Amino acid sequence: MAVAPVARYLDRRGGGARRREIVTPEGIPIQFTLASIGERVTALVIDIAIILATVFGAVLVASVASPGKDEWISALALLLITLSRHFYFAFFEIRGHGATPGKRAAGIRVIDARGGSLETSAVLARNLVRELELWMPVTFLVASQLVWPDAPVWMWIAASGWLLVVALLPLFNKDNLRVGDLIGGTLVVVQPRVQLRADLADTRAAAAQQVKVAVNAARRAPAAGPSYAFSEAQLEVYGIYELQVLEGLLRGEAADVGAVTAVAEKIRAKLEYAERVPVGGDEVFLADFYTALRAHLEKRLLFGKRREDKHDRKR
Amino acid sequence: MSAIEPHDPTLRSVQFRREREATWRQLEDMLARVHDKGLGGLAAEELATLPHLYRSSLSSLSVARAISLDRALTDYLESLVARAYVVVYGSRERARTRIAEFVRWRFPAAVRAARWHLLLSLVFTLAGAVVAFEMVSQDSDSYYLFVDGSMASGRDPSAPTSELRDGLYDDQDFNHGLTYFATQLFDNNSRVGILAFALGFLAGLPTVFLLFHNGLVLGAFAALYDSRGLSVDLWGWLLPHGVTELLAVLLCGAAGFLLAHALVFPGAEPRGDVLRRRGRQAAEIVLGAVMMLFIAGLIEGIFRQTVTSLTVRYGVAAATALWWIVYLGWVGRARARLEGTPWR
Repeated sequence: MAVAPVARYLDRRGGGARRREIVTPEGIPIQFTLASIGERVTALVIDIAIILATVFGAVLVASVASPGKDEWISALALLLITLSRHFYFAFFEIRGHGATPGKRAAGIRVIDARGGSLETSAVLARNLVRELELWMPVTFLVASQLVWPDAPVWMWIAASGWLLVVALLPLFNKDNLRVGDLIGGTLVVVQPRVQLRADLADTRAAAAQQVKVAVNAARRAPAAGPSYAFSEAQLEVYGIYELQVLEGLLRGEAADVGAVTAVAEKIRAKLEYAERVPVGGDEVFLADFYTALRAHLEKRLLFGKRREDKHDRKR
Repeated sequence: MSAIEPHDPTLRSVQFRREREATWRQLEDMLARVHDKGLGGLAAEELATLPHLYRSSLSSLSVARAISLDRALTDYLESLVARAYVVVYGSRERARTRIAEFVRWRFPAAVRAARWHLLLSLVFTLAGAVVAFEMVSQDSDSYYLFVDGSMASGRDPSAPTSELRDGLYDDQDFNHGLTYFATQLFDNNSRVGILAFALGFLAGLPTVFLLFHNGLVLGAFAALYDSRGLSVDLWGWLLPHGVTELLAVLLCGAAGFLLAHALVFPGAEPRGDVLRRRGRQAAEIVLGAVMMLFIAGLIEGIFRQTVTSLTVRYGVAAATALWWIVYLGWVGRARARLEGTPWR
C-alpha cells in the first residue's frame, strides 16, 4: 500500500523504542531519544584523540622550549595523563552543558535521568568509573604486562572476560546505560535540531512563506476558501493517526510519486465522496481534507475527546 | 447530510501558533548561539531572559499537545524545549562557586555521612597490616609474599640495617629524580583510589581486597623495620605525607563501600534511586580524596630529602593529622545542617 512508507516514517520518529520521557522540574514531561552505541563510540574516539594530541603537543612544546630537562618533562607528561584520564570528561561535561567536545561533534549529550539539573556530583560519578570501564580494559588488553606482570594465562583470560562484561554493559540493557550512568543516574541522548515547518492548515502562512507543499498555493488565491467540502459523517471516518500520516504525505515524505493519487482515491472510496475531482486535483483535495479533518478532530479534542485512529470508536 | 465549513481561519491551533511563534524563534536563535559559542555568545540581558523563554516555550508545548494535531508543530516544540532544558538545567552555578562550596562544606559533609563506611575501610586495612606484621615478625622470608621485588627496590630482609636506615634519610634510588617519583606516586595512588571506589560496583569485594592488600604491604614494611629497631625512623619517614595519603585511600575505600551498600542493601527504596544518591556522594568523596593525594604528593616532594630531623617530621605528621580531623570532622557542619542532604 502506498501509505506504508509514510506510516513507517512516523513510527520511527514517534513512540519508538529509543524514546525516553523525563519530567522537568516544572512538572511537564519532555521527550528525548537515546544516543546509539555508534554515536557514543564516535564521541569517545574523538575525545581520546583530543587527549592524546594535547599530551603529545604539550610534551613537544616543553621539550623544544627547555631541552635537557627530561625529568620535568616526563613528570609533566605523567601529570597531564593522570589529570586528563580522570577529569577531562567530567570537566567538559560540567562546562559544556553535558557535552564534551567529542559528544558535541557527535551531536549527543548527558542529561539527568530523572529530569533534574545535571549535578556536578553526577557528572563526576559517571566519569570516575571510566577508570574501571575504559582505561583498565584498554591497558589490560594492550599492555597486560604493565598491570599484572607474569599472570597465569587462565587468570588473564578470566580478567579480560570480566572487564569486557563491564565495558560492554551498555549493549545489554534497554537504556544503553554504562556502569557510570547507573551510578550517576544519567542518560546519554541525541539532540537533533528540528526546523519549524509551515502549518498546512494555515493557508495564509503557507502562501506567505511560499512553502512548496503538495498544495499548489499559486493555483489558488491565498484567501480563497476550500474547493472541497466534507460532511460531519465523512469527518468521522478517520482519527489522529490517519491525519498525521496524511500530513507526512502532504509534506512530501512519501518516497513514491504515485502515492498522492492512490491515497486520494482510497480516501474517496472510504468516504463515499460524491463530488468529482478533476485529474490533477488530488493534491488540492487531500489538502482540503487534511484541513477539514484537523479542524474537526481539534474541535473534538477541546471537548476532551481524543480519537487516536480509525479503529477508536469510543465517543 | 449537512455540509460544514471545513476551512476555519480561526482554527485555534493556527491562531495559537501565530501568537507564540516569535517567542520560539527568539529562543531558537539564542540556543543556536549558545551551541556555537557557549553562554558567552549571549549578552547579559539575553542570559537573564533565557529561563523565561524556556518556561514560556515549555508551556507552549503543553498547550500544543492539548489543542494541536499539527505534527510539525509538536515535533518542533519537543526539540526546542529539550535543547533549552539542557542549557537551563545543564549547570547552574559558576565553576568558582562550585569549587568553593565543595571545599567549604560538601566534601567534609560527604565524608561525615560516610563515617561508618570509613571505619570499615580502616578495619580491613588494619586487619591486613596486623596479619602481615605478625607473619613477617615470625618469619622474615614471608615478607616476599606481600611486597614484590620491584616495589621494594632494595628495602627487603636481605639488606643490612645501615642501608635500611640510610634509605629513610637519603633516598638516592630514583631513576628519574624526585619530581618524577612524586608524580608517579600521585598517578599510582589516584588510580588505585578511584579503582577502589569503582570496584564497589561489584558488591565491594574487590574493594575489600585492595584495602587488605594495602594493609599487608604496610604491615610487612613495619615488621621489617621493627625487627631492626628502626620503627621510630620508619614512621618519621612515612607519616608526614602518609597521614594524608593513607587517609585518602581509606576515603576511596569508603566510597566503594557506599556503592556496595546501595547495591546489596538498598533498603525500602528502589535500588536505582539509592545507587544514584550514594554514587553521587561517593563521587564527591573520591574527588576530595584525589585532591588529598595531590597534597600528599607535594608534601612528599618537599620533605623526602630536605627535612631529616625526626622532630620536624613528626611535627608535620601531627599537624596534618590534626588538620584533617578538624576539617573532616567539623568544617561546614552548620551549612550542611541548613542545606540537608545534597545528594538527590
